[in-house]
Amino acid sequence: MTEAETIARWIKPGARVLDLGCGDGALLKHLWQTRQAPGYGVEIDDAKVVECIRNDVNVLQLDLEDGLAAFADSSFDYVILSETLQAIHKQEPLMQEMLRVGREAIVSFPNFGFWKARIQIAFAGHMPVSKELPYQWYDTPNVHHCTLIDFEALCARLRLRILERVVLRDGNPVSLLPNLLGSLAIYRVSA
Amino acid sequence: MIVTPQKARFTQPLKLKSGAVLPEFEIAYETYGELNAARSNAVLVCHALNASHHVAGTYANDLENIGWWDNMVGPGKPLDTNKFFVIGNNYIGSCFGSTGPVSTNPATGKPWGADFPVVTVEDWVAAQACLADHLGIERFAAVMGGSLGAMQALQWALSYPARVRNSIVIAATPRLSAQNIAFNEVARQAIMTDPDFHGGHYYDKGVVPRRGLRIARMIGHITYLSDDAMMEKFGRVLRRVTPGFDFDVDFEIESYLRHQGDKFSNYFDANTYLRITKALDYYDPAADYGGDLSLAFARAQADFLVVSFTSDWRFSSARSRDIVRALLDNRRVVSYLEINAPQGHDAFLLDDPRYFGALRAYFGNIAL
Repeated sequence: MTEAETIARWIKPGARVLDLGCGDGALLKHLWQTRQAPGYGVEIDDAKVVECIRNDVNVLQLDLEDGLAAFADSSFDYVILSETLQAIHKQEPLMQEMLRVGREAIVSFPNFGFWKARIQIAFAGHMPVSKELPYQWYDTPNVHHCTLIDFEALCARLRLRILERVVLRDGNPVSLLPNLLGSLAIYRVSA
Repeated sequence: MIVTPQKARFTQPLKLKSGAVLPEFEIAYETYGELNAARSNAVLVCHALNASHHVAGTYANDLENIGWWDNMVGPGKPLDTNKFFVIGNNYIGSCFGSTGPVSTNPATGKPWGADFPVVTVEDWVAAQACLADHLGIERFAAVMGGSLGAMQALQWALSYPARVRNSIVIAATPRLSAQNIAFNEVARQAIMTDPDFHGGHYYDKGVVPRRGLRIARMIGHITYLSDDAMMEKFGRVLRRVTPGFDFDVDFEIESYLRHQGDKFSNYFDANTYLRITKALDYYDPAADYGGDLSLAFARAQADFLVVSFTSDWRFSSARSRDIVRALLDNRRVVSYLEINAPQGHDAFLLDDPRYFGALRAYFGNIAL
């Protein structure tokens, strides 16, 4: 099961979706095709914005760090932050903004507690580089890595309710020791 | 691409927003590509302050005269005339072919001059709708423009919601700022205080308020470029070996502005300039809705592409974001590009690969 399939399963048909850091718009296209969910993406990268337009996906070239002022309160059913959380400087205000604009937030991120990452730090003694985290430490868009435990602590701190959690490794759900054995975490949360 | 300018004549009166009536009028236009059998591939291109209906291509008898958006419009260009039937039109009040102050007033048999009414963006769009009827186009695949042209693209979606499938709004603002109006007023004062202006009735006196037009254009050019672009292009480079300690041209930028002013004053009409700047000043679709742009856009049905350029301080990206916000509030289909370009307002005329790539992709996805 892919991340897109997991998210699509959560999205009610026809729901309004905002995808923050939408890349080339593949997820939005998938949600439109499988759930008839109309949406908008937010993306800052020039080339990806053009890809979205080519993919016939609504895209708004805005900087997430500036907040979500372009969007009215409760104007979306779901606000998605897919594998972008770790690249944001100010997570707390963005999470709050997501739940101002949307009824629910869907957040996914590479799990820094995944055993391969732990081994690379603990035994090899270097920052993890893997399929999920392909960047060298000096050349990465990622600024705030976290683990499942860290993210759940942030949700508690912001008094957000975790409605559902799926942890994946190589497209397979992980239920045993997810913070150790899962490489990608996907959460559905509400205020 | 060799093109031929045409004119359409309309004998029905056009009631203007001011209340004045234009008893009859002509619109100069050009077309590129072929209208398909379903009449579904027409794209209207609206021009900005000093341009005309000559959007693309050249004239058989004047090959040097290339259309002002020739990099955007043509066979294989982002707005591909192999797919679309593109119409360039000249707004009324212009001095390039459509009825304007230089045209003959049927009531007097003399040029309208100062008596030509003040026209608005809404009036231009109403006149363009007459042209669309004339050409047998019920619904445009897209209406597109930059700057003042973008205001027309916006207004089309408001005046004739059912007649526009896509509105492409580039380097736009939904209303001028006080600073924008201030620059326009300085330009108008330059023209109106020129002794050769004669209250707008200068045609039969054999003079042109050239000094005023020059200054108006110089002011305009300052607002079209960003500070950085101007510094990059001209810096503090001197035209002479050493400073002259007089008031002749010292710096390159002075020479540039004088050149632009001279050129402009040779081809542009002062009465037209006054009216265009007024049309800009008056445009404010939110005005009838208590200043609420979201309410103003409630009647729009088109899909939108909005493009801004980060160094444009004349119509800043923040103003385009206002438009996007109003469209989102109305759940319109919209994409927005905020292109990090250094050139300022004039960036909309340049072929930045991101900007052109996006437009090519957008037009490519318009199903006919």
